[in-house]
Amino acid sequence: MNAIILSAVLGVVMMYTGIAMKNSPSVKYVAIAGVLLLIVSNWLEFAGISFFSIDLKGMLSFTSFGLLFNTVAFVSTLIYFLLSGSDVQQVGKNGADYYALMFFVLCGVSIVSSFQSLLMLFIGIEIISIPLYILAGSDKRNLKSNEASLKYFLMGSFSTGLMLMGITLLYGGTGTFYLSGMNLGGVVMTPLVGLGIVLMMISMAFKASAAPFHFWTPDVYDGSPTVFTSFMATIVKAAVFVAFLRLFENGFGKLQSTWQLMAAIITALTLIIGNITAVFQQSVKRMLAYSSIAQAGFMMLAVFALNTMGKQGLLLYSAAYCLATIGLFAVLIKMKDYTYDGFNGLARHEPVLAFTSTIFLLSLAGIPLTAGFFSKYYMLVAAMKTGQMFWLVIVAVVCAAISVYYYFRVIQSMYFKDAEVTPAVAVGSGFKALLVITAGMVILLGIKPGLLLNLMSI
Amino acid sequence: MFAAFDNFPALLIWLPLIGGLLSFFIKNERSVKAWSLFSSILTLALFAVSLFYTDQKHYALNSVSYVWLPEIGSSFALLLDGMSRILCLLTAVSFPLIFASTYSSSYRNPNAFYGLMLLTQCGLMGVFLAVDALAFYFFWELALIPAYFLVSQWGGERRIQAAFKFFIYTFAGSLFLLIGIIYVYLKTPDQSFSLVSFYQVQLTAGEQGWLFWMFFVAFAIKMPIFPFHTWQPDAYEQSPTAVTMVLSGIMVKMGLFATLRWLIVMFPDAVRQFDNVVIGLSIVGMLYASCVALVQDDLKRLVAYSSIAHIGLMAASVFTLNLLSLQGLLVQMFNHGINIIGLWIVVFLIEKQTGIRKISQLGGLAQKAPALAIMLVIIALANIALPLTNAFVGEFMMFAGLYKFSPWYAAAAGLSIILSAVYTLNMIKNVFYGNLNAVTQGFKEIVLHEGVILAMIVVLIFFVGVYPEPMFNMIRSASEMIIGKFIK
Repeated sequence: MNAIILSAVLGVVMMYTGIAMKNSPSVKYVAIAGVLLLIVSNWLEFAGISFFSIDLKGMLSFTSFGLLFNTVAFVSTLIYFLLSGSDVQQVGKNGADYYALMFFVLCGVSIVSSFQSLLMLFIGIEIISIPLYILAGSDKRNLKSNEASLKYFLMGSFSTGLMLMGITLLYGGTGTFYLSGMNLGGVVMTPLVGLGIVLMMISMAFKASAAPFHFWTPDVYDGSPTVFTSFMATIVKAAVFVAFLRLFENGFGKLQSTWQLMAAIITALTLIIGNITAVFQQSVKRMLAYSSIAQAGFMMLAVFALNTMGKQGLLLYSAAYCLATIGLFAVLIKMKDYTYDGFNGLARHEPVLAFTSTIFLLSLAGIPLTAGFFSKYYMLVAAMKTGQMFWLVIVAVVCAAISVYYYFRVIQSMYFKDAEVTPAVAVGSGFKALLVITAGMVILLGIKPGLLLNLMSI
Repeated sequence: MFAAFDNFPALLIWLPLIGGLLSFFIKNERSVKAWSLFSSILTLALFAVSLFYTDQKHYALNSVSYVWLPEIGSSFALLLDGMSRILCLLTAVSFPLIFASTYSSSYRNPNAFYGLMLLTQCGLMGVFLAVDALAFYFFWELALIPAYFLVSQWGGERRIQAAFKFFIYTFAGSLFLLIGIIYVYLKTPDQSFSLVSFYQVQLTAGEQGWLFWMFFVAFAIKMPIFPFHTWQPDAYEQSPTAVTMVLSGIMVKMGLFATLRWLIVMFPDAVRQFDNVVIGLSIVGMLYASCVALVQDDLKRLVAYSSIAHIGLMAASVFTLNLLSLQGLLVQMFNHGINIIGLWIVVFLIEKQTGIRKISQLGGLAQKAPALAIMLVIIALANIALPLTNAFVGEFMMFAGLYKFSPWYAAAAGLSIILSAVYTLNMIKNVFYGNLNAVTQGFKEIVLHEGVILAMIVVLIFFVGVYPEPMFNMIRSASEMIIGKFIK
């Protein structure tokens, strides 16, 4: 509860900051202070201290899983602000407003990580989506940014419509919005409920950019200003998956056998399409867009498996994926050219940037000693523990092997090809230090994933 | 967490790791060379000390298990037993030899080069020592990453593609290995990754069948066995020679070792079911590699293909499952490593002086460098397993074992030995004898320290060849344990 209210308040505060400070660099520090406050207050709630006591009628429930995910999301946001904060303000004139919008997104994130009612899910998803439509189009003079915004908005509204339809059908079938009250599995499955579940799955897959509902993703991620792509592709995506998992676990868990095949097909398609298309990209930014689809496929395994291992895995996956992708995007923003060749010679000119990017890429590829390995490991174990549809595990593994191809192309450019002039703009030592710390976190989670997971009581 | 230094296995991993990490910070070329040589000798010395504590009484010094991931039943468990001892011996002996023999070559960013080399050593030690499946998998990958960077950064013209092919092959293989490990792990009675639990797993014949291939493909790629070998000649040819020595001398043993340690005891039914397939593939590979080696004009590729042929025999003898060939194999793993590194050193010395490695463009080197020629002839004869050399014992036992399994296989494999003699002697004839030409006219005799290193290898070859007893004592109990599981 702390996080929901505080993030909404902070959003308003940021808007006023914009009036007071215009677009001065100190806006960034206000935002950073705000996120720190969020982290602390969320942590206090985790420790049992809640600032607000509101009768929620059971529409929200704050489990350790949800609160821990909030922590992951907020810490990732903190790192994101620290690394790319000044780039946020360079997108347009209204730096403070962008921060305000991102705080509103965080409010939505903390709602979807704790909803117990379909209404709350709907509100949370919408609070996340609407600021993102604006952020996608924030580079007003850029046609591609406009296109991204419009596309995102149209596709987003369409999937929202599907979700509303699904919620309506479920309400018609069960007579309640509460996940716990729906008592699915206890009664015979009616066509209303069945269709409702299918619609919910499709709309969530839309939001999470899972195939075959991923078509908006590459254009939107590519067209949006790169800083906001970083935010959308990481924290938001992970939050949508948490919502996805919560909905299907608490709401439709008992009917797993009926929708599991559909989840498996979506997972397999996402993995295959994401990975194979990523291979053919020439721009690193677009490659990362497809890689985010590919990684979404792995996160889908948690929804498919629906067990403790998958839950822990999703948490770890969110952390590993957010850290690595935010770090990579932060480096990407500093590059003059977004193609693979634009990375040539980075190791010689900016060894720290190249080294940390390498760790992030190794993590995304799932090499041991990085957080990416254990997150993939947890997902694979979760999927195998179900004892069903073993082919899905094989698909996942083959796709993980394919992903090495496009991640390592960046490493090859950085280390084994050379360029006369430095491919990156000048960066400060604070930025480098922060990258090293982020890479250190990736390694730390790769040696002891328990540091994060042991906090979660199941 | 793992901060204890009171046992040999942990120290054998920590020393190269710390040495490697420190190397990255020594920017001066001379100092980093000296440091890495010193660090590898230190590891060797430590290993030598460990040989005095091999008895049961000092078991605690050779076995250790640290708490690592209790929540998923994995611990950082290491064991220095007979099987791992022989391979750690190889790793510990090889690295000083490699560093010393290539001491004269200079690299761009020497600190990174030597750092990565030592990290590779750390990874290799880990693979041989780990008795926890997850730790084993970690090291299996960790040995690969530095090797990838070494080849693509310091290799020849087509290094990037060659290294990438090498990486993709092995990484894809190891992902299947991971699936196999997870499957077995879920079947263990106590949900643990330890070797002991893995050995206790009861699997049906059907499960064993597909799990066998999940594991074996990963190992076969590493060895490499025909038809998984296509990455290898390219990688060997394109790597800087020091790295080639690591790849061909030690890293290929990872696959053989892992088959012995992790595969055959766990899936006995599948091993019996597929033994003909694997031995057949190995022998086809031997003959194929020998035939290709016959027509190679590039020294590095010739040695690479000869290595495939030798590994083929070793892979076949794993699956004959008798004590004789198993003991021969374990000893041969060490000896093959030493011999092939010796061959690479000679190739390196020739290439360093002349800048070419085309056999057809060389000739008459023996007139200019008689000492080098003598050394080469001895190493080459050891490589084709002449009596009195180290490889003879091992190969003879493996052949005897293969003959017991089936005389036909032994006959086919014997053919490749004959071929190996043909191409090796041919190579000696063309490179060292015959007429001098413009390139070889200015060839100079090797200098003292190069001679000393080659002499050490030659001494090793004869010593083990004449008196292999200590080596057999080292591996006896390990090989009996494996065979014991099958007879039972």
